[in-house]
Amino acid sequence: MDILSALAGWLTDPANWQGSDGIPNRIFEHVWYSLTATAVAVAIALPIGLALGHTGRGGQLAINVSNVGRAIPSFGIIILAFILAGIGFIPVLIALVALAIPPIITNSYVGIRAVDPEIREAAAGMGMTGAQILRRAELPVAMPLVMAGIRTSAVQVVATATLAAVIGLGGLGRYIISGFSQQDTPQVLGGAILVALLSLATEAGLGAVQRAVVSEGLAQRNAEAAVAAKVSATTT
Amino acid sequence: MIVFESVNKTFPDGTTAVASLDLEVGEGEVAVLVGPSGCGKTTTLRMINRMIEPTGGRLTVNGRDVMSVDPPELRRGIGYVIQQIGLFPHRTIAENIATVPALVGWDKRRTRERVDELMTTIGLDAGVADRYPHQLSGGQRQRVGVARALAVDPPIMLMDEPFGAVDPIVRARLQDEFLRLQSEVNKTIAFVTHDIDEAIKMGDRIAIFSQGGHLEQYDTPANILAEPANEFVESFLGGERGLKRLALIPVAEIEADPGPVVAPDDSAEHAARVAAEHGTDWVVVVGPDRRVRGWTFVDGVGDARGTVGDAELRPFALQVAAGDSLRAALNAMMASRTGVAVRVDGDRRYEGILTQELLSRTIR
Amino acid sequence: MSVLPDLPAMAPVVAAELVRWSWIGDHVDDISRRFNEHLFLTLVPVAAGFAIAFPLSLAAVRWPRLYGPLLSVTGVIFTIPSLALFVLMIPFTGLSRLTAIIPLTIYTLLILVRNTVEGLRGVPRDVREAAEAMGYRPARRLFRVELPLALPVIMAGLRIATVTTIGLVTITALIGRGGLGQLFIDGFTRRFSTPLVVGLVLSVAFAVTADLLLLGVQRALTPWARENR
Repeated sequence: MDILSALAGWLTDPANWQGSDGIPNRIFEHVWYSLTATAVAVAIALPIGLALGHTGRGGQLAINVSNVGRAIPSFGIIILAFILAGIGFIPVLIALVALAIPPIITNSYVGIRAVDPEIREAAAGMGMTGAQILRRAELPVAMPLVMAGIRTSAVQVVATATLAAVIGLGGLGRYIISGFSQQDTPQVLGGAILVALLSLATEAGLGAVQRAVVSEGLAQRNAEAAVAAKVSATTT
Repeated sequence: MIVFESVNKTFPDGTTAVASLDLEVGEGEVAVLVGPSGCGKTTTLRMINRMIEPTGGRLTVNGRDVMSVDPPELRRGIGYVIQQIGLFPHRTIAENIATVPALVGWDKRRTRERVDELMTTIGLDAGVADRYPHQLSGGQRQRVGVARALAVDPPIMLMDEPFGAVDPIVRARLQDEFLRLQSEVNKTIAFVTHDIDEAIKMGDRIAIFSQGGHLEQYDTPANILAEPANEFVESFLGGERGLKRLALIPVAEIEADPGPVVAPDDSAEHAARVAAEHGTDWVVVVGPDRRVRGWTFVDGVGDARGTVGDAELRPFALQVAAGDSLRAALNAMMASRTGVAVRVDGDRRYEGILTQELLSRTIR
Repeated sequence: MSVLPDLPAMAPVVAAELVRWSWIGDHVDDISRRFNEHLFLTLVPVAAGFAIAFPLSLAAVRWPRLYGPLLSVTGVIFTIPSLALFVLMIPFTGLSRLTAIIPLTIYTLLILVRNTVEGLRGVPRDVREAAEAMGYRPARRLFRVELPLALPVIMAGLRIATVTTIGLVTITALIGRGGLGQLFIDGFTRRFSTPLVVGLVLSVAFAVTADLLLLGVQRALTPWARENR
């Protein structure tokens, strides 16, 4: 119980809610790292996944590369990038983007490939061009999986951004790492709780986005797609 | 023998699938359960091996009340063939056929001998024994399904649309094979189909069900076609009831008309007289060997002094024999300008002609 | 800030510095100790996870209403970052092995339950029905018919769970439980890339080997699927 009250004390201490080491700023840093990395990853991976899915070529290769990617620990990549490039946001960004790309590629590829050929045929039969078929027929139908891939990547990025603190950056991981070196258990636990809450909030928030952008006709596929994407993703 | 005595099935949601059913399938008999979808025919079938439990009445299989037997025990003694076959994809063909022998604990040698025997019976090459189901064609898989059901030689077989998933040509062949096999093994069989033509072809008796599990009529195909019990049965039999009956009656059943027969050396005058007697304008020309030479219009024979043999004879393209159905006879009639079918014996010797009037008198 | 002209000269230096072979030779014992820790922290959670997930999955197949909540709960835990979950265990288990093993085990549950349930549900209805109609009792049907047919999907889950766990174990070094992640930390604190590269290569090699090994087991156990497609 001591620990719990100490934890509550740390979380409610006004001093911890101010300044550059304050909780709001750490959350802001954490969200900033995550948002940037996810946005860059989406910009790179989504076109690739959609193009592979639309043409049906090279997809198996992409999936295999992603599977191998799952075996690479992002913790090691962050430190490698640090040793090679020094302290800064760039090494962390590289590691986070690399982590986020595979789920987006595989899920958007699989999502597009899984679109019923009849839907594609019907779209072509009505006179749509390739790009129109992708945008108006394939993408909306594949949306549950596409979104699930982005959501999974984003949650993984939020989790992994915690490790940025290991190489001296900010974010909520700061509390865990500094707390350990200062043997300040309430701070360590407080950091852990904030990271867990931020991850769950990301998951829930993107879940709401997913429900908003997916047509109601496909709504029941959302939950299944979310679990499938999670299971197939790297974890930190 | 399978006996239903006032058997009911009401599902928990209150729908009645089978209502107070009395039905008896005799030893060695094929009873076909037929009716529109939702009529309870499959439920009836599945109650026999307790895949579905009856909620009332008494159902006995070879004298034993099914409710008094442990379901797995009961099922091992009843062969079961379904449309989707349900072969085990992870077992070879031989292992699939050996499923029930393994369950009842046969030794390896006995099992292997039985598998070999069944593969021959159902006409499967011994080479496929070690293949997996996905390596076989649909027709082959269906045969394996039948062999698997026959493995421990159960006296009772249940078949639920067993030939429903194969194409019409393969289906017809499997039906013929089934009838041949049944004539050898003489199982007591309950057979479900929605296809009245299959029912007529396969059944010794047909049970026609209507919605809600009511048995409308249970009789031989010929009797049902001859005397449908009510309007439901009549409409279920469809508009071609007469044709279906014809298909069931052999030519031997009706007496042929002697017909306007002349010999090749008869005169034209004689031919004209014979035709007039029979009310036709043509004659059948039969040689001294009793073989049919053909037919000709009497005014085509030429002048009165000529003989029939001088005329240009037209053949009867189709001829029927005692074992053919009246439906085949009708087909032969349609194919000939004379409008009659010629009946011949096994040596193709002339026996007489069949007319449309004879047919309609038979089925009226 | 004029780094550009220096880049070509720097590159070989970096490459030479990336791996110092003599260090590896001097630290074989240390490396193998880290690897053994990693192996232990992978095998125990995967085995424990499977032991828990299997009965849970059977229950979820038997009572389908359990499945949704089961996926939700394991899914929420799966979302919590591992470092946070390790840390949150500390009040209960201190810095013992259990602090790593319990979260790692829980992480495998989502994957293993999902794949086992989907595998069993994927057994064709007609096959299940045929087994019942031929007189299989439920337990025998499960072990002789349903599990063999679900095996490819269950094994796929086991492979994903194993590879995922191998990655997660690298984090346990941060709570002092060693493993190959300790080599990352060594590399970081001394700004020396060799241990880091060794750790990375070993963990990737471990994951790939484990995956191929399990794939081999799966192939050996499912001869009927070999000629498929």
